[in-house]
Amino acid sequence: MADGEKTIASLRERFPEAVLRAGSFRDQHWAELRPERLVEICRWLRDDPGASYELLLDVTAAHWPDEPQPLEVVYHLFSLAHNDRLRLKVRTGDPGRVPSLTPVWASANWNERETFDMFGIVFEGHPDPRRILMPDDYTDHPLRKEFPLYRG
Amino acid sequence: MAQHLIERSEDHPDIITVNMGPSHPATHGVLRIVLKLDGETVVKAVPHIGYLHRGMEKIAENRTYLQFLPYTDRMDYLGPLAANVGFCLAVEELLGIEVPPRCQVLRVLCCELARIGSHLVWLGTHALDMGAATVFFHTFRDREWHYDLVEDLTGARLTTSYTRVGGVSRDADAKWLQDLRAFVDEFPRRVDEYESLLTRNAIWLKRTQGVGVIGAQDAIAYGMTGPSLRAAGVEYDVRKKRPYSGYQNYDFEIPTGSDGDVYDRYLVRLEEMRQSARILDQALRNISDGPVNIDDPKIFLPPKRKVLTSMEELIHQFMIVTEGFECPAGEVYHSTEVPKGELGFYIISTGGRAPYRLRIRSPSFNNISTLPLLVEGGLIADVIANIASLDPVLGEVDR
Repeated sequence: MADGEKTIASLRERFPEAVLRAGSFRDQHWAELRPERLVEICRWLRDDPGASYELLLDVTAAHWPDEPQPLEVVYHLFSLAHNDRLRLKVRTGDPGRVPSLTPVWASANWNERETFDMFGIVFEGHPDPRRILMPDDYTDHPLRKEFPLYRG
Repeated sequence: MAQHLIERSEDHPDIITVNMGPSHPATHGVLRIVLKLDGETVVKAVPHIGYLHRGMEKIAENRTYLQFLPYTDRMDYLGPLAANVGFCLAVEELLGIEVPPRCQVLRVLCCELARIGSHLVWLGTHALDMGAATVFFHTFRDREWHYDLVEDLTGARLTTSYTRVGGVSRDADAKWLQDLRAFVDEFPRRVDEYESLLTRNAIWLKRTQGVGVIGAQDAIAYGMTGPSLRAAGVEYDVRKKRPYSGYQNYDFEIPTGSDGDVYDRYLVRLEEMRQSARILDQALRNISDGPVNIDDPKIFLPPKRKVLTSMEELIHQFMIVTEGFECPAGEVYHSTEVPKGELGFYIISTGGRAPYRLRIRSPSFNNISTLPLLVEGGLIADVIANIASLDPVLGEVDR
């Protein structure tokens, strides 16, 4: 079974109104969720024995300036028990606000800090919302598309 | 000079704040940790990273896939070959291509050589940090041997850039395979030698056992991967769970620990070096003749000889070098087990010759985030043992 396919089917069954879109490429399946349901769904994904995604591998984002909701946060989950990867996404307007996953996984802490640093997305409820790679007094968010590669 | 680094607060006259790093011999790169100390006990530790941030993910958006390859050398600069392989596999996944069998074996050789090279530096500097200087001379002697092999294969010691999308930059010749055979036959004995210096050394045991303990549950929650996670008893290795480059064809074990302390992390990495030698041995036995690169002139550079004699090949060479190759629209996450843990590349492509977004999931970044958990409540001397036992490379943390 392809990565995440079975889980997304059970997400659609259990949280039908929370799954907005889904898709796949090269047998890797992803689902876009309603941001307000994210924490609840992730807690279920971590704790349900059929899912048990104990490992939040990565949090990152992509900036699509021409779209109505330009900021997309992407999560990569891994289940050790079922050897299955899952990609979750949430979309937000600009400036972006999405709930923090720090209550579910400790690894969300640093990864969300980096995503804030690079894209300016605010993670609501984050215990330590500081920049992490750029200096504290820096004002830009370099991975946004309007940020140029060369300056001057 | 050191005076201004120490600050006492009025409420807690006994608590002093000490700045460790960013340039400190035991931080293994430019890592800065602000420590609040009560006597010798660490009350709070706040790591600060970013001193080596070069914006690689941004740079990738403005380069062709092939032009980005040299940047992967500069992430984990103790095992650049492994990152080269990981990046090319991710792009190949996006393209939906697979490399020929001989290339897969060569890439396994690269990954395991990188693991041995990285672990040799880790062991030497780890022991040096704890005052056991002898080990360093042993491991760095053998690392020179290892680097000679890397140099003969790739032309460089550190900035290897050896792999290509769809293959490798040059085939290994018979002489090199023979040299590697000599190394593989001798290396397990060298590991025994390092072990005889440390594993039952009373001072080493006192400094490492029960120090920096992290349980399996915490290690997973913090996204820890690699030897540090396995030392906590979690048998997760991408080579076994998600085999790539034909790792399913090799017979090797995944060493795990049970206590998750500095000593277990030491034992796990030590055993990994032996297992790497075992994989190298099998790879050398099984390497077959045949092409090393895919036969697709739109993706892989043609042989130089043909470029100089045939118009068509000249055009292909020109196109690949100046413009790169087209990738389909789509997104993939592909990860490999590098010496530090799970290195993932997440590529979002909207078609074209450069990624729309390239995300690097760095194992060192997630591993080092556990540092406060490991050192708070312990002694300041153990901070150094803990940093070394996590084996971070700051080039990979900051990217």
